[in-house]
Amino acid sequence: MPTFVYMTRCDGCGHCVDICPSDIMHIDKTTRRAYNIEPNMCWECFSCVKACPHHAIDVRGYADFAPLGHSVRVDRDEERGTIAWKVKFRNGSEKNFLSPITTKPWGTGYPKFSDEAEPSKEMRDGELLYSEPKYIRMDEGELHTLESNGLKMKAGVYY
Amino acid sequence: MAYETIIEDDIDILVAGAGLGGTGAAWEARYWGKDKKIVIAEKANIDRSGAVAQGLYAINCYMGTRWGENNPEDHVRYARIDLMGMVREDLAFDMARHVDSTVHQFEDWGLPIMKDPNTGSYLREGRWQIMIHGESYKPIVAEAAKKSADKIFNRVCITHLLMDEAKENRIAGAVGFNVRTGNYHVFKSKTVICGAGGASNIFKPRSVGEGSGRVWYAPWSSGSAYALMINAGAKMTQMENRIVLARFKDGYGPVGAYFLHLKTYTQNGLGEEYESKWFPELQKMVGKEYLDPEASHATHRPIPTCLRNHAFISEVNAGRGPIHMITMEAFQDPHLEEVGWENFLGMTVGQTVLWAATDVDPKFENPELTTSEPYVMGSHATGSGAWCSGPEDLSPPEYFWGYNRMMTIEGLFGAGDAVGGTPHAFSSGSFTEGRLSAKAACKYIDDGKGEGIKVSDKQIADFKEEIYKPMEHYKLYRNEIVAGSVNPHYINPRQALDRLQKIMDEYGGGVTVNYMTNEKLLNIGLKKLKIMEEDLESLAAEDIHELLRAWELKHRHRTSECVLQHTLFRKETRWPGYYYRGDHMKLDDENWHVLTVSRRDPKTGEYTLEKAPLYHLVGEEEEAMEDKALAEKKKQEKKSK
Ligand SMILES: Cc1cc2nc3c(=O)[nH]c(=O)nc-3n(C[C@H](O)[C@H](O)[C@H](O)COP(=O)(O)OP(=O)(O)OC[C@H]3O[C@@H](n4cnc5c(N)ncnc54)[C@H](O)[C@@H]3O)c2cc1C
Ligand code: SF4
Ligand code: SF4
Repeated sequence: MPTFVYMTRCDGCGHCVDICPSDIMHIDKTTRRAYNIEPNMCWECFSCVKACPHHAIDVRGYADFAPLGHSVRVDRDEERGTIAWKVKFRNGSEKNFLSPITTKPWGTGYPKFSDEAEPSKEMRDGELLYSEPKYIRMDEGELHTLESNGLKMKAGVYY
Repeated sequence: MAYETIIEDDIDILVAGAGLGGTGAAWEARYWGKDKKIVIAEKANIDRSGAVAQGLYAINCYMGTRWGENNPEDHVRYARIDLMGMVREDLAFDMARHVDSTVHQFEDWGLPIMKDPNTGSYLREGRWQIMIHGESYKPIVAEAAKKSADKIFNRVCITHLLMDEAKENRIAGAVGFNVRTGNYHVFKSKTVICGAGGASNIFKPRSVGEGSGRVWYAPWSSGSAYALMINAGAKMTQMENRIVLARFKDGYGPVGAYFLHLKTYTQNGLGEEYESKWFPELQKMVGKEYLDPEASHATHRPIPTCLRNHAFISEVNAGRGPIHMITMEAFQDPHLEEVGWENFLGMTVGQTVLWAATDVDPKFENPELTTSEPYVMGSHATGSGAWCSGPEDLSPPEYFWGYNRMMTIEGLFGAGDAVGGTPHAFSSGSFTEGRLSAKAACKYIDDGKGEGIKVSDKQIADFKEEIYKPMEHYKLYRNEIVAGSVNPHYINPRQALDRLQKIMDEYGGGVTVNYMTNEKLLNIGLKKLKIMEEDLESLAAEDIHELLRAWELKHRHRTSECVLQHTLFRKETRWPGYYYRGDHMKLDDENWHVLTVSRRDPKTGEYTLEKAPLYHLVGEEEEAMEDKALAEKKKQEKKSK
């Protein structure tokens, strides 16, 4: 069904509604809990699954090609900067995986443009972007141009 | 209608759709425009929107000039051969010369990039790809956009671009509606950077029923970028260049890391290598210039993606399917096995779900592959999108009209899938294109080009009426029937999507016809799409969510029409394996070594199509080859005399 929600775990907080890129996690008016309103527009992207604070959302593979009896569970931890997966096969065997999701505390690695000097007119009229040329090669090397690379633009057939 | 009208005025830069391209635009715009008003309108939530919502396991476009790995022109040559020659090489070179600075910033922001333990450089998956732990790729780049934007309107679906009423052919913003509150949003802006992504689900997918969301490109890629630009009258290019992907069957798990890093390979149902068998015959169709297995073997020259598809499709048609990916050898190495699984968990979790459900452990069983239904987009091994200006220092006159990545409408810029002729940009290149267009948009504003835009109340009111029409229509007619969804006065978005997919599949070269079409079929397809357009006036939406689907459908429909127009125009088979023109089965460089450019007249709905010249980056290598070819030709001429 792609995603579905366990009735006893969901408290209707709406995190899944807020994040689903397909706009298909909605709160049921009677039960006040979330459910997938349009399973055939679900990508099994797991965005809602990762966002649910109560692990109330699970995925059951698409009915047209996935037999029952499997599960793929996930725990994404921004504080620790990791994501853990547990894959259970239909035959009961299991695989576990753990990966980093960031190398820095959330939101800290970004420069502040308000602290940066105003770009000169020459910069504005030229071809460089913010942080260039330095960030292209992490040295003083300049931007590649047709001239620097010995190239021309020619009409015709070239392979 | 009870919905409020909310007007956001005096915007300098409106980012319409903030996936990888849009977030790049919003981020960079602040640097060049400290005092500018930067606003994002996004139909989902930028933290998990677009094609990268579930993450990526690789950045597919990185030069590595820092480690002397590649130069930008190497990447252009690669894209050129992969796309059978059809690339805007000025735009491609421009993206490639900036893309490394984008990736180095991503690393600063906390994106975990894997390292080669021996050299200290990024771990390569292939010549252009580097491997990342990218589950949080989208939230990380969204954070950058949040730091720059003045306001972010999540859950606002953009339906139309606003045109200036003071000056002909100039942009003035966009309108749309909030998919939760239903409110009508008007954004008056001096510039718009369109980043609304590519198109899935316009051709009938292989999956049926519940699984029809299991498409390769995300189901929320609604072709909006294309429809918005086409409806506004922007010129489009290479819209015929749809892409078909060879992927793991049903789950559509990516194969890049499997081929390049894990060194797995394919076999037919008899356990044989099959690809090369098809090359001699294929060479007759496309010419030795485009398919030269010996040269490819000896150098880095790739066998074009479409031609490899062709071999796959032909082998299956010859009755020797299924095609398997041979994983059982590589997966004996526990490290490679882990990479194989994490690759899916990081970007296509559904493939893991499928293997768990079907007890496929690739260590003990070689999984099946398939070729997908076609997709329309502009950043993978295909280059559909808007006809944009290139940068001043690279572009020949036909490709340059003042501002980098500006379309043929003044003040309208684009990035990622929206920009035509720039294949192989992928995530990093799309973000880079966003940065380039943001800088250019700031310059456009500083040059005073966006002054005095005028949007009348009438234009605003007319769009409002048009947007909510499907809900009005539903209200008007729903009580004529007892219950259910069958109504003589309307169709709902799902019913219409099914019709669209059937037309595109059967007449435009989808999976059920083995990607085959011809002039007759295309003309019938266009006729059916025209009639369908009349029915779209009778589309019914029960609620705001369905209104979102209604507008996605309208955008898909317009995109499809443009695809068929272009496919009809190009009278050759340029990309066997993506689609075939049965009435012109050969590649024809004499007449069709050109880019196709279309414009739909917004007033009449008529399309005009033209050929635009192809300029190539030519270095010593190419000049030497050209000399050789010329000499060869002369020799032949002498002989025939
Ligand atoms: C399965 C898969 C695997 C891939 N693998 C890789 C890889 O390994 N490496 C790599 O580098 N690249 C990879 N790519 C490609 C990469 O994801 C794309 O090239 C890139 O995301 C394109 O950027 P974009 O900004 O054009 O589109 P997107 O990132 O899709 O952004 C489009 C945005 O527009 C929004 N939008 C759409 N319509 C509207 C509307 N009407 N109003 C408002 N907003 C709207 C969407 O919600 C979305 O946020 C992969 C893609 C897929 C699907
Ligand atoms: S898996 Fe993705 S598409 Fe499906 S409901 Fe969850 S967030 Fe939405
Ligand atoms: S995030 Fe979890 S708990 Fe909150 S509404 Fe969704 S399913 Fe329920």
